[in-house]
This record gives sequence, C-alpha cells and structure tokens, in this order.
Amino acid sequence: MLGKLTWNAIPWDQPIPLVSASVVFLIFIGVIVWIIVKGHFPYLWREWITSVDHKRIGVMYLLLGLVMLLRGFIDAIMMRSQQALAFQAEGYLPPEHYNQIFSAHGTLMIFFAGMPIVIGLMNFVVPLQLGVRDVAFPTLNSTSFWLSASGAFLVNISLLIGEFARVGWLPYPPLAETTYSPGVGVDYYLWAVQISGVGTLMTGVNFVTTILKIRAPGMSYFRMPIFCWTALASNLLIIAAFPVLTAALAMLQLDRYLGFHFFTNEAGGNMMMFINLIWAWGHPEVYILVLPAFGIFSEVFSTFSRKPLFGYRSMVIATLFICIVSFCVWLHHFFTMGAGGNVNAVFGIATSVIAVGTGVKIYNWVFTMYGGRIQFSTPMLWSIGFIVTFVIGGMTGVLLAVPPADFQLHNSMFLVAHFHNVIIGAVLFGALAALTYWFPKAFGFRLDEYWGKWAFWFGFLGFYATFVPLYVAGLLGMTRRLQHYDIAMWRPWVLAAAFGVVLLFCGAVAQVIQLVVSIRRRHELRDETGDPWDGRSLEWSTASPPPAFNFAVLPNVQGEEPYWTIKRRSIETQQMSAEPEYKPIHMPKNSPTGFFMGFFATMGGFAMVWHIWWLAGVAAAGIYAVFVWFAWRDVDEYEIPAEEVAAADRARRRVRQEWLDANAKAEEFA
Amino acid sequence: MSTFEALQYDPYKLGRGYGEGGDGRDYATGHGERGPASARVIVGYGFWIFLLSDIVLFSCFFATFAVLRTATAGGPSGAELFEPWRVAAQTAFLLLSSFACGMAAMATRARSHLWTQAGLFVTGLLGLGFLLLEAQEFATMIVGGNGPDRSAFLSSFFALVGLHGLHVTVGLLWLGTMMAQVYFKGFQTKILGRMLCFNLFWHTLDIIWVAIFTVVYLIGVAP
Repeated sequence: MLGKLTWNAIPWDQPIPLVSASVVFLIFIGVIVWIIVKGHFPYLWREWITSVDHKRIGVMYLLLGLVMLLRGFIDAIMMRSQQALAFQAEGYLPPEHYNQIFSAHGTLMIFFAGMPIVIGLMNFVVPLQLGVRDVAFPTLNSTSFWLSASGAFLVNISLLIGEFARVGWLPYPPLAETTYSPGVGVDYYLWAVQISGVGTLMTGVNFVTTILKIRAPGMSYFRMPIFCWTALASNLLIIAAFPVLTAALAMLQLDRYLGFHFFTNEAGGNMMMFINLIWAWGHPEVYILVLPAFGIFSEVFSTFSRKPLFGYRSMVIATLFICIVSFCVWLHHFFTMGAGGNVNAVFGIATSVIAVGTGVKIYNWVFTMYGGRIQFSTPMLWSIGFIVTFVIGGMTGVLLAVPPADFQLHNSMFLVAHFHNVIIGAVLFGALAALTYWFPKAFGFRLDEYWGKWAFWFGFLGFYATFVPLYVAGLLGMTRRLQHYDIAMWRPWVLAAAFGVVLLFCGAVAQVIQLVVSIRRRHELRDETGDPWDGRSLEWSTASPPPAFNFAVLPNVQGEEPYWTIKRRSIETQQMSAEPEYKPIHMPKNSPTGFFMGFFATMGGFAMVWHIWWLAGVAAAGIYAVFVWFAWRDVDEYEIPAEEVAAADRARRRVRQEWLDANAKAEEFA
Repeated sequence: MSTFEALQYDPYKLGRGYGEGGDGRDYATGHGERGPASARVIVGYGFWIFLLSDIVLFSCFFATFAVLRTATAGGPSGAELFEPWRVAAQTAFLLLSSFACGMAAMATRARSHLWTQAGLFVTGLLGLGFLLLEAQEFATMIVGGNGPDRSAFLSSFFALVGLHGLHVTVGLLWLGTMMAQVYFKGFQTKILGRMLCFNLFWHTLDIIWVAIFTVVYLIGVAP
C-alpha cells in the first residue's frame, strides 16, 4: 500500500536532522495555520497563488529562492563548523549525515536558490523593460513557478521523511546506482530536480518567445536593454541545455527503477557517459545563472554612473559569444577522465577563450564608470565588489583550465574556492544588487541604505575570509568533501574559513535586518515617482509598484534608452508628452492550473520516491485532468475599463508633473 | 549644443548611440519593431521552440545509443533482434498517420467538421497501430530474455525507441482531447492554434521516427 514508506523513514535515532526538520515543519504548519486563522487565505489564493501576473510570479520566485538560499547557507555553516572541529576527531556530524549536507547544499544553491532568484528577476524585470504587459504564456509561467516550488518542497520533505542523497550535488554513477545507494536519497534528488527542471524548461520557452515576439513598438533588437539580452541568452541556454539534464537524469532513473544498464559497472554500462551528459548541461548552467547577473551589473553600472553603458554592441556580442562557447567547454570538469592530450588541449583552450568574452564585459563596465558621476549606493557597491571578486575567480578558472594544473587541483579545495568565487562573486552579488535596485519598483519603497552597506561589507569581506584560505588549503592538497582529516598543515586555513563564515553570517543577519528596518520605515523610504535612481530603461517610466497592466499605453520606442530620452526631453522642454487616449486593456485571467500542477507533481514525485505506484498513477491522472480542465475554459482574459486605466495613469502623470516642476526649480538654482 | 544634443553626440559609436542620430525618426532595425506579435504567431512560435528542446532531448538518447550500440555484453545485437517487416509496417503506419493529420489540417482550413474529425480519427488509429506493433516488438524481446536489463545496448535501444513511443502515446491523449474540443467547441481561434501545434508535434514525431529508422534499424544492424 505505502511502498517502501514505513515509520522508520523518520530519523528517530538522529537528533540533529530530527529536531531541525521538526522545527522547520512546525514553522511551516504554523504559518499555514496562521494564514487560515487570520483569514488571509482568500487574499493569498486570489492575488498570489493563482496569479499569472509576471510581477507577482517574479516576487514568489524570489521569495522561494531567498528562503532556499538561507537553508543552503545553514548547510554551509554546518560543513565549515564540522571541518573546523573534525581535525583528528570525529566532529559532530556523522559521515552519512555530513554527506547529505554537502549534497543538499549544492543542490539547493544551484537548483532551488540560484535558479529561482535568477528566473524571478527575469520574470519581474523583462516585460517591464520591453515595455509590454506580460510574458507570452502567463499560465505556463505560473505552472513553471509551482513546479520549481514542488521540487524545492520535495528536497525539504527529505529532511523529515527518509534521507537526502549522499553522493554530491551531481549524482555520479556508479555511486548513485542502486548497488551503492540503495536508499531513497538519490530518488528524492532525481525527482525534485526532474520536476523543477521541467518548470525551468517551460520558463525558457516562455521567455525566448516573449523576448523575440513581444516587445513594445519600436523596440528592435539593438534597442533592448542589456538585461533583456542576457535574459535571452540565458533562456536560449535553458532550452538547449535543460533537456540534456532531463535525459541524463532520466537514464539514471531507468537504471535505478527498471534495472537498465546505462551507467552501471556491468553489462556494458558506461558511467563516463553520465559525466559527459551531465556536464554538457552543467557548464551552460553556470552561464544560465551568470549571464543575467552580468545584465544586472550592466544596468546598475550605467544607472549609478549616470552614463549610457559603454560598448553596448560589444556587450551584446560578448553575451552571445559566451552563450555559444559555453557548450564547447564541458570536458574541463573532468580532464582527469583521460580523454587524451589532444581532447584535453581543445577543451582547455576553449575554456581560456571563453574568458575573452567576460574580459570584454569587464572592460565595458570599467569604461562605463570612467568619467561618470558615480554614486556609491548599495547596488553599486555589490557591482564594484563583483568586478574585483570575479576577476580573481576568473583568473583561478583559467589556471584550472590548463590540464596539467587541473590534474593537480582536480576535486581539491582550490576548485571549491574557485567556483564559489565566481558563483558568489557574480550570481549572489548580482542577486543582492538586483534586489536593492528593483525592490522599490516592486514594492514602492527603497531598502534601507545603512543596513544594506553593512550587509555588503560583511558579505564582501566574509567571502574573502572564507574562500581565500580554502584556495591555500587546496594548494596544500586538501580534497573536497572531507568529513574529518588528520593533516595539521590544513588546520589554520580551515579555521580561518570558519571565521569567514561568521562574517558571512553577520552579512546575512544584516540583510534580514535591512528588510525589517525598511518595511518599518517604508513611509520615509517611499518612492513616489516610480524612478528612484534616475533610471534609463522603461521599467522606471511606470509607477512603483506598477499597475497590473504595467503600461497604460505601450511606449513607442524611438531609440536606445527610451525612458532616458523621454525624461531628458521633458526636462528640456519643461513639459510632459500629451495625454494619450486611454483604451480598455485585456489581461490574462488568474488560474489555479499552475498550483494544481505543482500539487500533483509533488504527489507524484513523493509516490515515485517511495515506490507507491497507485499514488503515482493518481498523480498522473490528476495532471492530465488539470490539463484538460484548463484547456476547456472559454474565457481566459478580463477587461480593465478605460476609466480605470486613465485614473491610474493620470495619478502617475500628476506625480511626474510635480517632479518635473521641482526639477525645474532645482535647475534654476544650479 | 543643448544637453540633450550633447548626450546624443556619439560619432564613433563608442557608447550607446541615441536612436542612431536622434532626429526623431525611427531607425529601428531587426524584427519585432511593430510591437507585440499576434496570439497565433506567439503560440506557434512558442511551440516551435518547445519542439526544438524536445529534439535536443531526443538527440541525447541518440548519442547514447550511438555510444552503447556495440556494448552488447555478450547478448544479442540489433541484427539478431530486429525484424524488418515490423519496422516497415511501423514506418508505413506513422507516415500515413502524418498524411492523415495533414488532411485533417486541410479540412480544418475548409472548416469541415466531418472531415476534420475523420482525419484526426484516422491519424489516431494509425498511431495506435504503430504503438501496438512497438508494444509487440518490446514484449517479444522481453519475453525472449532480451529486455533492457540484458545489456547497455538494449538499455539504450529501449530508452530511445520507448521515448518516441511515449511521445506518440501522449500525442494520442492530446489527439483525443483535441477531437472532443473540436466537437464541443467548434473552430474557435484558440482551438485552431492548438490544431496547429498538434500538427507540428505529430510531424516532428515522424521526423524523429525517420531518424530512429535510420540510426537504429538500418545503421544499427550493420556489422
């Protein structure tokens, strides 16, 4: 009846996971009960859970990503503290638990923190920057989100029921085969990643179609803001790379569930096939995460230097160059496979070449700042911190790209330090810059600068304090994923890294305080104009938060940086453009399709993990039923009357007029 | 020179130019400058993109098959297992079903309910025939002890051909839903878009089958 599921699936004898999982579980239940008791559920259901508004979905993605980022960070704290204690000792985490922690850390950070944050930002920003009202397939967008949430939920269920994978964040066979991992950990991993992977793939389809087919009139390719270009490149990579992930994991699932021999040791299986396939996805994945971050930095540098982005076209070319070449470097993750000198040389050179594209970008950012009137706000601090950090991370990457050096450094702490250097330095710094930068657009008030700067300095210095010692430890021969060790030479560096984590923790606390303080001071921090940073692209031309329809009339784009042009013209001529003729607007209707899809996907994933076949059948039938039910609906749009549109837009224009008048006075005095 | 003009001054195109000269004229280049495309274009385009990703998925299984083709682990090879008559019949069924699907699309264009349903029905019938033949092939092999757990070669064979079969199955489910929709709702714009997507899907499965026919059943039996 319940497959492999028994009471013993709950780790009664292991206090640490049991207590922590129970606390998380109780908080989760508590929040749900609180929502229902307080009567917030109808609001949540109507405005958020069933929402197909790209802005709402973006915010939900970000929330999911940030919560998972915290969970992944807790795993990181446990790993660093375990290694700090486990010098010629056992430490406090037994090996099987420690192995789950590093596996969960990587899985969470890449799939359930990094991806949701990046996709959330694209969701929120891209349609606004393109000057349109929604993405191509709004309900599909909601479904993507709920599938990602479903995957994240499955990973967290594994805390309490059963176990998580112990095989690293990529389930390398043959270790991940049933022979060596008979438990449910790997299955949890596989189903969680498969389900969220489908969501990500649909996001890719959605955004490529949006960016290529739905743009404001006049928004030709070379007028799109760089963030849109990087989002396009990132989503093209999703479309080309995520099916490879799906294929590789599906083969492993067939091995585990039906006794296939793709990657087994016997019957002709070839485990290096898995390594090749997974990295043919894995390397583009790095760029799926980092290219949008590059886009964010481009926007931030330009805005806070009060200059157009330097070398816009070269930036576009560099982005697409990286997009393509990222498919030609995967083998550098396993030079030690022994593919031979020539193969390794090709991939080593390709890896070094890809750094050229990034180099172009770095120079463009530096030249954007050159001669600008730079304002050192929090997003700008993160961006400058990124340049410094990413250059160092890129250099160590080029070191690792040299096969002979890689043979020495493969799977060492040097590698761990390298990829954290680039991922934290670019993706995390970029995400935090973007949060501060676009937060006022989403919520109508700015984040507190004081605590933002504390968060930056703790995060920035904490990063160096944590990972520079790990570079050294790696050069001294320390390998990754050690539960305990006996080499005295490594000890001081491991302790230094543990101290760095304390600084990072302070940064995380400052970040949370920043949010709390900002919400309490929201009236002082209110952004009335919708343009708090003197921005340049179209998202700043609408109100903060934007109305459901984003733009009362679609902007007519007549050049690059359309909003900046309009703004300068208004200031020059001291008047706003004439009031447009308002028309009723059709917007997509909300739909619980996505939520139900996520619900049944979670059910199906859980059933498959525990071999409860009938429940998996129910889930499959549920998914089909929801699909038909959705396909059957007749009315999929609702109309916002012209008067409502006019009222909203006139309020925005009034504030703008006031701003213009105030600005005129300021110019007179200047 | 006013501030506005100064900002636009960019003779060497070093920075971002402002509208390529900023004389108020629209120099937009590239596609999409006329604003958002129509719903029909968006749906069709999005589905094309999805199909491309599906082809990437298939290509992974093709690549795996190519690598594991010789890994028979002492078991039978393709030449010993595949039966040409069945593959020929399967190919005929699938290609004819694609033809019927195309006829259904033409009937839809002519707004003929009867012929649309008839075309779709024949499409589904031929697709079902294809699936039954495939099921028979799989069953024969498994009963003969040559299931996917026999060797890596057979694993990759079952996965690749089975993935295509899974697609056909999903296509049949979709087809049935589609026929019901046409019956109850008629030729609404939305449903016409879905018919377009279904056609694209079904023809893509055909193209993939041609590749499977070539790679698995022709090259696969070569010594």
